[in-house]
Amino acid sequence: MRQAGAGGVKLLLEWLDHRTGYRRLVRLALVESIPGGARWRYVWGSTLTFAIAVQFITGIALWASYSANALGAWESVYYIENVMAGGWMLRGIHHYMAHATMVLLVLHLMQVVVAGAYKAPREVNFWFGIALLHLVLALSLTGYLLPWDQKGYWATKVATSIATITPVIGPALQEVLVGGADYGHLTLTRFFALHAGVLPGALILLIAAHVFLFRRHGVTTGGLRSQMDGAGPGNADERDEGGDPEAASARTGIGQFWPDQALRDAVACLTVMAAVLFLVIRSGGAPLGAPADAAEPYAAARPEWYFMFLFQWLKYFPAGTEIIGALVIPGVVVALIALMPFAGKWRLGHRFNVGFTGAVLAGIALLTWQAYAQDRADPDFVAAQHEAEAAAARVVELAAGPDGIPPSGALTLLRNDPLTQGPRLFADRCASCHSYDGHDGLGGEFAEPRTAADLKGFASREWLTGLLDPEQVATPRYFGGTDFARGRMVRMVQSRIAAFDAAQRDDLAKAVKALSAEAALPYQAALDEADRDEIAEGAALMASESIGCTECHEYRGTAEQNLGPVLTGFGSREWLAAFIRDPSHPRFYGDRNDRMPAFGPDEILSDAEIGLLVGWLRGEW
Amino acid sequence: MDQKPQATDEPQVAEEGFSYGPAPAPRRGFLAGVAAIAAGGLAFLAPLWSGIRAALEPLERPELDANLVPVAKLAAVPDDGVPHKYRVVMDRVDAWNTHRQLPVGAVYLRRTGDSVEALNVVCPHAGCFVNVAADRSRFVCPCHKSSFDLSGAVNDPASPSPRDMDSLDVEIRGDEVWVRFQNFLPGRAEKEPVV
Repeated sequence: MRQAGAGGVKLLLEWLDHRTGYRRLVRLALVESIPGGARWRYVWGSTLTFAIAVQFITGIALWASYSANALGAWESVYYIENVMAGGWMLRGIHHYMAHATMVLLVLHLMQVVVAGAYKAPREVNFWFGIALLHLVLALSLTGYLLPWDQKGYWATKVATSIATITPVIGPALQEVLVGGADYGHLTLTRFFALHAGVLPGALILLIAAHVFLFRRHGVTTGGLRSQMDGAGPGNADERDEGGDPEAASARTGIGQFWPDQALRDAVACLTVMAAVLFLVIRSGGAPLGAPADAAEPYAAARPEWYFMFLFQWLKYFPAGTEIIGALVIPGVVVALIALMPFAGKWRLGHRFNVGFTGAVLAGIALLTWQAYAQDRADPDFVAAQHEAEAAAARVVELAAGPDGIPPSGALTLLRNDPLTQGPRLFADRCASCHSYDGHDGLGGEFAEPRTAADLKGFASREWLTGLLDPEQVATPRYFGGTDFARGRMVRMVQSRIAAFDAAQRDDLAKAVKALSAEAALPYQAALDEADRDEIAEGAALMASESIGCTECHEYRGTAEQNLGPVLTGFGSREWLAAFIRDPSHPRFYGDRNDRMPAFGPDEILSDAEIGLLVGWLRGEW
Repeated sequence: MDQKPQATDEPQVAEEGFSYGPAPAPRRGFLAGVAAIAAGGLAFLAPLWSGIRAALEPLERPELDANLVPVAKLAAVPDDGVPHKYRVVMDRVDAWNTHRQLPVGAVYLRRTGDSVEALNVVCPHAGCFVNVAADRSRFVCPCHKSSFDLSGAVNDPASPSPRDMDSLDVEIRGDEVWVRFQNFLPGRAEKEPVV
């Protein structure tokens, strides 16, 4: 039975081979003589092919969950990264393998140049290799935009802007790439068609041609070459005629692709994969910034590390010479590399080629290092990067929240989020006079103290205690920089409260608790609840002779005079919004208002923006 | 024995496949070849033409007029000679979606007395958003460090920007500041609007 079974399989394979000729194909694929034997230094081409195969596998899997439109791209990538089982690993592999491909490309190019593998008869294959390098760069550039996050959006915007300086066709080229005048749906559909269709198709064709020509010429063995050129059985055509390859290798002492080189290649591929997996697991997937926002500047916009040298390079080209830096010099460098096969014919040509490649790579390394060093030393950049990271983390938090992502996209989550918008609005519209914990809301430092109060913790017990402290009331944290520094409130705190006895100070502490409870601050809710009795006592004390708030302020319908802001609901959502809308309203400072603008009536801030600002100041998010 | 004949069979089979039948007369063969190329080419014409036309479609779209939009109340612009940033909110059609009142960009408004100047925030070098430096003495681009004075003029010979920041037309209508909001092609010495 067993024999019959084995015989049956053999017959079936014979039949299949007769109909298809697969054995010859397998032989063509696996049987390759390697003069001088298998070498570790021959693995780079195989690892690159492997890396690209990984990109096809993971890319198609990502494709099955990705949506190329401006209201869904970020959202679908968020879904892959954070919701889909194993999605983070899938995307992580695709992301870091793209990085690995860049490294492997450089190693492969160096190997080819050092070994002189660009020389005749391999010129055409060398050019195919250069074309492949450009295809891979184009794949990286198009892939960077697809998550539609702030980083990819602004970096790609810079890249397509630079495309417009191409003579004659520049603007049309940009418009065709972008799919119109502005970035939007069509930019994504076009970049996706390039990234997942046009470029991979071209890549497959070129790799097939590259491998075919490589097999035709065989490996370049350096020292063995001269012997090989005349008599070597190094190529597939000769091998076919040579009959049994094992016998051939035994005759000449050369190695075989299968299994000697194949084993080395497989080990190298496994090492690459292990390195990529290490990076994926270490960072828990691939980075995803906040969703792209055309109206929100992104000062941390930088390309991926392998394009950083170009980014840095452009800084050195002042007005009018940009085209030289962006197009002419890179074009000349690529042309010189493409002409290496001819330069290699001169006596010192090969040395020149090796030196030139080394110099270009060293220059790229230097520029890359400079770019990162300058960014690290730039406090604005560091701050922008922190802000970007905070926004990225925040939007994921919101998207994972009970309301999820609305159909209008994740950007609306950030646009309606007090924690995100509050500090930006504060920095834009408040920080010319106010500070927040000493900074401008976004962490920016001031050269000199602000004129108006610091609003961190406004209306909290701690904030009010400081306001009623004779030592603090006239400092820049409160009224120090305003007209009120010479006003009644400051005088009252500095004379009357300064003279308080222990019992009065006790009463004052209760009054502070009562006033602060008016704000109903969410982060004080537990304290307000616990101190209910003291707060009731304090509320009564505010109108008492001992504390006497109502001598100048209205509180719960009681007021001797109306000289300061109404204290009923002090610091509450409604009170604070109304105050920002119009501090000169009789309910607040009236005509004693110093310099604070009427943000509502003058439409400096919309009601929605005031709501966000108030929400942030009150810690509501 | 049964393997060898198969191996030698194959190329013959393949060759026979292409040289089947008697060779055609030379002239007829030439005409047939031309006809085959013409017919084949014609068959591809419609899909290629449609495909290329779709790819180039953005170039066929009508040019958009610059949009005059209200940006801020005049009272909201501090009269301090320092540029302040304002969002530009307008309707925007993005392919198959129409967005009502979408923030599409931003402008710097700089007010001196009753006159207001407007600058597009986009850097004419490579399209980043330009910031006002912390000391409020100049503009600086966070990307390639282009530098401009507060009127938007390039103020540093090493600045990579090929031109001054793009000024925009301003109209004061009643108590509102209206700006003709436009983007311009980056990376060139002349101001050319993006259509």
